[in-house]
Amino acid sequence: MSYTIEGSTGPWELVIGLEVHAQVISKSKLFSGAATEFGAEPNSQVSFIDAGFPGMLPVINRECVAQAVRTGLGLKAEINLWSRFDRKNYFYADLPQGYQISQYAHPIVGKGEVEIELADGTRKTVGITRLHLEQDAGKSLHDQHPTKSYIDLNRSGVALMEIVSEPDMRSPEEAGAYLSKLRQILRYLGTCDGNMDEGSMRADVNVSVRKPGEGYRTRCEVKNVNSVKFVMQAVEAEARRQIEVWESGGTVEQETRLFDTQRGLTRSMRSKEDAHDYRYFPEPDLPPLVLEKDWVEQIKATLPELPDARRARYVAMGLTPYDAHVLTLEKETAAFFETVAKGRDAKMAANWVTGDFFAALNRLKRDITDPPVTAENLGKLLDLIADNTISGKIAKDVFEIMIETGKAPGEIVEERGLKQVTDTGAIEKAVADVLAKNADKVAEYKAGKDKLFGFFVGQTMKAMQGKGNPALVNEVVKKLLG
Amino acid sequence: MSLDAATVRRIASLARIRLEEEEVGRMQAELNGILGWIEQLQEVDTEGVEPMAGGAPAGQPAMRMREDEVTDGSIADAVLANAPDRANDYFAVPKVVE
Repeated sequence: MSYTIEGSTGPWELVIGLEVHAQVISKSKLFSGAATEFGAEPNSQVSFIDAGFPGMLPVINRECVAQAVRTGLGLKAEINLWSRFDRKNYFYADLPQGYQISQYAHPIVGKGEVEIELADGTRKTVGITRLHLEQDAGKSLHDQHPTKSYIDLNRSGVALMEIVSEPDMRSPEEAGAYLSKLRQILRYLGTCDGNMDEGSMRADVNVSVRKPGEGYRTRCEVKNVNSVKFVMQAVEAEARRQIEVWESGGTVEQETRLFDTQRGLTRSMRSKEDAHDYRYFPEPDLPPLVLEKDWVEQIKATLPELPDARRARYVAMGLTPYDAHVLTLEKETAAFFETVAKGRDAKMAANWVTGDFFAALNRLKRDITDPPVTAENLGKLLDLIADNTISGKIAKDVFEIMIETGKAPGEIVEERGLKQVTDTGAIEKAVADVLAKNADKVAEYKAGKDKLFGFFVGQTMKAMQGKGNPALVNEVVKKLLG
Repeated sequence: MSLDAATVRRIASLARIRLEEEEVGRMQAELNGILGWIEQLQEVDTEGVEPMAGGAPAGQPAMRMREDEVTDGSIADAVLANAPDRANDYFAVPKVVE
């Protein structure tokens, strides 16, 4: 069933494309040697190039180029060995050059694709039109003074990748899934930290509506949406607005809009009509960017495993598709799981990570990067279960003590005497005691009340403080009841 | 090709250059003169010649790349030295809100 919104004139389809700006992970800026770190003192990471001083010349950062290539390869895209920079001209207080160095006619990366998965399990491929490198602008603060705006140029000149999708998405859910997947891929590649709160990833959302079977109608662009949730809300709000315009006999005008997250509506930016006349021309300060084929091949050879491949590998290791999905969502979670599972039973490791461990994270409001129990220690706990030192039940108690004390599981088991009893003599004695104390129930059992078997096992385990080896206890109870 | 007065005004506005009404005519004549020279260049036969990018013909020396190292910055005072107005280490400009 395809997604539609019901208007007064019948159902409407949505057509959605995204332009995502992703800040490149690099130490220094795209064309200058100033640092890129987030949160520094204002204007402390600014060179004369970033401040647009006359006569300063840009020199490109090799790592930023490599990151764009890496991302292109991760999006299964064509890498253009010859690309070029252009000037995009506009005036704004946080753009000191009066232009942004960008790639317009000849981007570094061409057509690619991203596969998304929806809640109902449907898979869909979203086309990538292009990826290009460009400079970020500075930051304006409008709320510090009644009549002035304050400008910090630390972000000015930081490398951005603009990743443009085809208009292939048809519902808010697809748009959200695409942005999540893109973020996941970039984070796996290590080319963007995907930190949407800090503005490392921002999306411009293009939306139009149409009657089923029609060609494209006029689209509007909703600028600078900074979370997956807001992208989904903005798509729906903008589509509903356009449907209302069409159905009341009006015409949707192509324009740039903003998403008001408070009211959940889009509103026009009311920019002047010529605001988009960027007068692009080839950047005269830079020769063309030419890449060696071998260099691109080297980058390709060192690409990390991407989410889809990792998920498939986990399923092959015996995990359920759901566990494989959950464990690969964030690369930090996957790394944690791999440490736990290394040399151990993968399914059991997955159960512990997605079960008790995730529950502990939620309960303690901790993050995978700040886990209450290290992956190494969780692995050691699994070893103690595997070699029958402790039972699975006791392991859960040990796990809680590990959280409280931060100690290694072996130490806890030793200190608290939690070692599983596998000595049949001791177990036989415990079982015999239980049977002796419950002679009436033994009689009932022998008269055919089979269910009481579990009672005897439970009483024995209780008497042994849970330390009896469950399989042996079962065996001995069976034997003594004869 | 020749520019009309409206286009001259629009170009000036896009470039944020104030043009007094009496200057429009002179500017229009100068710009049309420049366009005339460009049109002369168009007469050169460029059949089979690759377009240039950034002042170098295609296939000519490519851009040099630098290593990813922090070699600049921490010069806020120098960067702000010519600013007409500042507030601590921020540039201060007339309020611009869209």
